[in-house]
Amino acid sequence: MFTLTALEQEALYLSLLVSGWAVVGSLPLGIGCAWLLARRDFPGKSLVDGLIHLPLVLPPVVVGYFLLVMLGRRGPVGALLHDWFGLTLAFTWKGAAIASAVIAFPLMVRAIRLSLESVDRGLEQAARTLGCGPIATFFTITLPLVMPGILTGVILAFARSLSEFGATITFVSNIPGETRTLPIALYALTQVPGEDAAAMRLCVISVVVAFAALLASEILSRRVQARLKG
Amino acid sequence: MLDLSVIRQQGSFRVNVTLQAGAGITALFGPSGSGKTSVINMVAGLARPDQGRIVVDGRVLFDAAEGVDIPPERRRLGYVFQDGRLFPHLSVRANLTFGRDRLPPSDRKVDFDAVVEVLGIDHLLDRRPALLSGGEKQRVAIGRALLASPRILLMDEPLAALDSNRKAEVLPFIGALSRRFGIPILYVSHSMDEVLSLADTLVLMDQGRAAAIGPTEELLSRPELRPLTGRWEAGSVIRAQVESHDPRTGMTRLRFGGGILAMARNHLAVGAQVRLRIQASDIAIALDHPGRVSVRNILPAHVLSVTQRDTSLVDVMLDCGGTPLWAQISGWAQADLGLKPGMQVHAMVKALTIARGEVAETGGGEEDCRRRPALDPCGRPFALGASSVDLRRE
Repeated sequence: MFTLTALEQEALYLSLLVSGWAVVGSLPLGIGCAWLLARRDFPGKSLVDGLIHLPLVLPPVVVGYFLLVMLGRRGPVGALLHDWFGLTLAFTWKGAAIASAVIAFPLMVRAIRLSLESVDRGLEQAARTLGCGPIATFFTITLPLVMPGILTGVILAFARSLSEFGATITFVSNIPGETRTLPIALYALTQVPGEDAAAMRLCVISVVVAFAALLASEILSRRVQARLKG
Repeated sequence: MLDLSVIRQQGSFRVNVTLQAGAGITALFGPSGSGKTSVINMVAGLARPDQGRIVVDGRVLFDAAEGVDIPPERRRLGYVFQDGRLFPHLSVRANLTFGRDRLPPSDRKVDFDAVVEVLGIDHLLDRRPALLSGGEKQRVAIGRALLASPRILLMDEPLAALDSNRKAEVLPFIGALSRRFGIPILYVSHSMDEVLSLADTLVLMDQGRAAAIGPTEELLSRPELRPLTGRWEAGSVIRAQVESHDPRTGMTRLRFGGGILAMARNHLAVGAQVRLRIQASDIAIALDHPGRVSVRNILPAHVLSVTQRDTSLVDVMLDCGGTPLWAQISGWAQADLGLKPGMQVHAMVKALTIARGEVAETGGGEEDCRRRPALDPCGRPFALGASSVDLRRE
């Protein structure tokens, strides 16, 4: 029987925790940004679009370093968070979740935005003529119709978060039990001679988790599609 | 009911329309791009006029001068779109109740079961829209708009996306609805068949403006409006009531203002209000009663006007018991008869020239409902029998 060692359990748990929070926490903002980009024209739209997509093309280490400068205990934002809410992000799993969220954000926004752009605006107009205000229309018509896009975005972002390494290690370092996720644990093991077998085990775990996520997304999106098609 | 005067510039196209619509069905008729849909989008609040005022049932929905612009969700209008626009993620039942559920219970004036029954969509309630046929979708869309208890129902070519069989399946319901639920309908169409069978009032749209407004029969019978009414043979449209069917002779007798018209037997219910067209070239004129002749309809009339269209064709407008009839005779015949306004003549129409496809059952507004109470004993729609009649022109 394949049983996980304490280190593997801890890394797996941290990976799921960090990725889960990264996705759940950034989803409302992701939907908001996707909606802005898909539906609204405003000055500086290309700039916002560029900023959101930046983490996709920047080396993750750059993003991690930027986060450290901004959100570190003595960074401009980090200091405020610490003074006002007693919240410390640097070198904690919460910081890891933020790093993952930033890196995965463009993937999420992209998927939701594409889906939003394909929603028939006529359906929203129809809802409006039936007495449904703009906000209610968004929740009763638009959101259910973009559900396939949201699912895709969530799975992509979750998968990207699971594999996050560069920004995480730069921002929150490698702290056992706090920020040592699967990829970081794996990297640490590869640096130690004679730990090839343990490293290989982590590889297998990563593959299984990633594959399970993909499978779950496939099943879910089929269900959603079936619901939309009747 | 509806009182509107709007101006809207759309690129290089300008919509400038002033019109009033009362009870019953008002049709906006015109070619594509004449501004019909823009007008109802402005009424619905989906497009904003640059100037003007829109009032429905005494409630100001839009007034540019006063800065009033009520958002679409608070206008209480039903809108049936050309493409149905059913919500794909909701069942037919949830689609139907979507608008109704957003009304306070005291404002729900249209009964769910009644709508489902009139539209014949009982068996579809638990399906998803994707599994419906085009005709079924449109019926559900009509029901959905109706259940929102609208002050006025806006219909944007609701039958345009349907083939002729599906059209015949939906068409009779629309007339029945307006009468049954007492909701006025503003109906956009570029199909004269639909206008002929549905509209009480006709608005002829041309290049962004309302070129003529009036009772359907009157506008369709006016020679000078022919460029707007389209590729439509010259003729008169008259209102009549089915008087009797005679199985022995195979004829149906229709009563109208000028007397009785016989035509080949049709399947319309006795008492039904119909509207029919008689082509101008199918009417012959005799100065004296012709005596024994094969022509079955010989109607006394007097000449209103005589217009020489070209050397070979003369338009003669007749008054037949208050109903205008449009006749066309040859210039040669006119030279012989010497018709002048005021002359007493006999208009002759062969029974067989009144084509079955040119007779359409109509609602005719509330007035007709009162006149025919026997057909509506328990509040049932009485026009449903018409679904078995082919209303299309051949």
